Amino acid sequence: MKILTEHIEVPGIETIDVYRKHGGYQAVEKALKKMTPDEVTEEVKKSGLRGRGGAGFPVGMKWSFLAKPEGVPRYLVCNADESEPGTFKDHYLMWKSPHTLIEGMIVSSYALGANTSYIYVRGELMYVIYILEKAIQEAYDKGLLGKNILGSGYDLDLYVQSGGGAYICGEETALLESLEGKRGNPRNKPPFPAVKGLWQCPTVVNNVESISATSWIVNNGGDAYAQIGVGRSTGTKLISASGHIRKPGVYEIPLGITVEDFIYSDEWCGGIRDGHKLKAVVAGGSSVPILPAELILTTAAGEKRLMTYESLSDGGFATGTMLGSGGFIVMDETTCIVHNTLTFARFYHHESCGQCSPCREGTGWMDKVIKRIEMGQGRKEDIDLLVDVAKKIEGNTICPLGDAAAWPVAAAIRHFRDEFEWHIEHPELATQPGAVYMRPGASWSN
Amino acid sequence: MEGKNNIVFPAETLELVKKIIARYPEGKQKSALLPILHLAQAEWKWCSPEVMDYVATLLSIKPVEVYEVASFYTMFHLEPVGEHVIEYCRTGPCCLMGGVEVYDHLKKRLGVETGGTTADGKFTVKEVECLAACGWGPVFQIREKFYMHLTKEKVDQIIDELGK
Repeated sequence: MKILTEHIEVPGIETIDVYRKHGGYQAVEKALKKMTPDEVTEEVKKSGLRGRGGAGFPVGMKWSFLAKPEGVPRYLVCNADESEPGTFKDHYLMWKSPHTLIEGMIVSSYALGANTSYIYVRGELMYVIYILEKAIQEAYDKGLLGKNILGSGYDLDLYVQSGGGAYICGEETALLESLEGKRGNPRNKPPFPAVKGLWQCPTVVNNVESISATSWIVNNGGDAYAQIGVGRSTGTKLISASGHIRKPGVYEIPLGITVEDFIYSDEWCGGIRDGHKLKAVVAGGSSVPILPAELILTTAAGEKRLMTYESLSDGGFATGTMLGSGGFIVMDETTCIVHNTLTFARFYHHESCGQCSPCREGTGWMDKVIKRIEMGQGRKEDIDLLVDVAKKIEGNTICPLGDAAAWPVAAAIRHFRDEFEWHIEHPELATQPGAVYMRPGASWSN
Repeated sequence: MEGKNNIVFPAETLELVKKIIARYPEGKQKSALLPILHLAQAEWKWCSPEVMDYVATLLSIKPVEVYEVASFYTMFHLEPVGEHVIEYCRTGPCCLMGGVEVYDHLKKRLGVETGGTTADGKFTVKEVECLAACGWGPVFQIREKFYMHLTKEKVDQIIDELGK
């Protein structure tokens, strides 16, 4: 079942004519001519679609919070600041099929009563910005954007905004600050963007994938969307698969397939690269807890783990993780968990905006302490120190970057403490090029 | 409007600047800051204080409002750079694919450390965080172009080509 990527490999799909030949912009026709904005919102609510940027908050509910004071403009801002390590699905979708997002932007803007909308794209993807701008111009030329779209009386202007290289701008209030031409410092909430967002006007910020899914929901109905998937994990999800698998790439999966199938089936990742064994997976982007092979394939209760929000988080952080953004990073037995954790800690240290002390100072501490462990200069007390710092960051910051920085460090120690200890106790072995600790008796050990 | 040292955008870029400012409501022209800094860096290679002052005059904002923004975002170079700036991804997924070894090779080949520029001014090497291309790693970027699935051999080819 493919909703977003069914035609993504069709030659010329980035052009409006080819896109339309494959059913493109039917949702705009239907929504603007046959439905009221509230009816569109109602279908999105019924679909159960959850925010695909990582938080998983129901999209229809987020829309329903939008304040609608008389005479005040409302805005839809698309979050295309994709920067969570392991995640490259929005990059892929916008690059290959820009009209999929633009169509979703028109339908969603109509539902929200926005007459000006922005797509905020991370600045490193400048070539994608050019692709989007070209596609937007095509949509204007065909009367799908601008004044009185398709004679419906609805007006919409759509612009692309470039970021400047800052992970934090994927946090929605930091994104709005950035869009206002400022440093990307997250705002205190409340007020939420739905009440005071862009230029203090009511604003909805949604991820690329979430917005893109709304066209299919308009065409086929929210109920049809809700029939795909399992329980509260409805619809399809783009998964960015990277690391030691035979076929890295972006896959659109129906939520609910097993993790085992996703990793080993030829339809998806195609298994671990030849001659190697699965050691660990970071299932939802760098910020979610890493799980060792056993726990990613099966829950602690012994059930097969599914690619759903609920199943991946089964067991809480003790034995579970999160679906997050769907950045699925697979590691085989050659992976040094300490080094991998170091790259994540360094990432969050670099990307902390510096506004809240626990995050600004704590991310620096974690980076430095893991670095000295990796370099063979770790101290016995360092592991507990890391756990302590992570605990003191978590929950004590304005935005979730603090949590995102704390979780991967805490989880790496939770599940691979022996690997950190080995680095500290045997620096002469651990600092050899390519040296990796082999846990006695582990399924991935030689 | 002209900045110090004859810093001024070509006419067609000034037209584009006007169009960008028109994307935002009246009085919200500061929103154009990031897009215009990108244009400025494309024009002058790096964001010198003079360039940033010029951008401030274009948007009728204080110079400090430009400095504080340019220094926050990693894409803006606040020091002079070489002709080709190689921005190399150092984050986990690229490292899993052998990114560290390839990066060491790149630095050795160019004879520079991170942040350094080659003596002939051709290349600057910078480390950056995740570029959202994890399935195609290791990756680096030179301006708008992505170079993917890097190997030592591929790096040599790219350097040979650009170094001509």
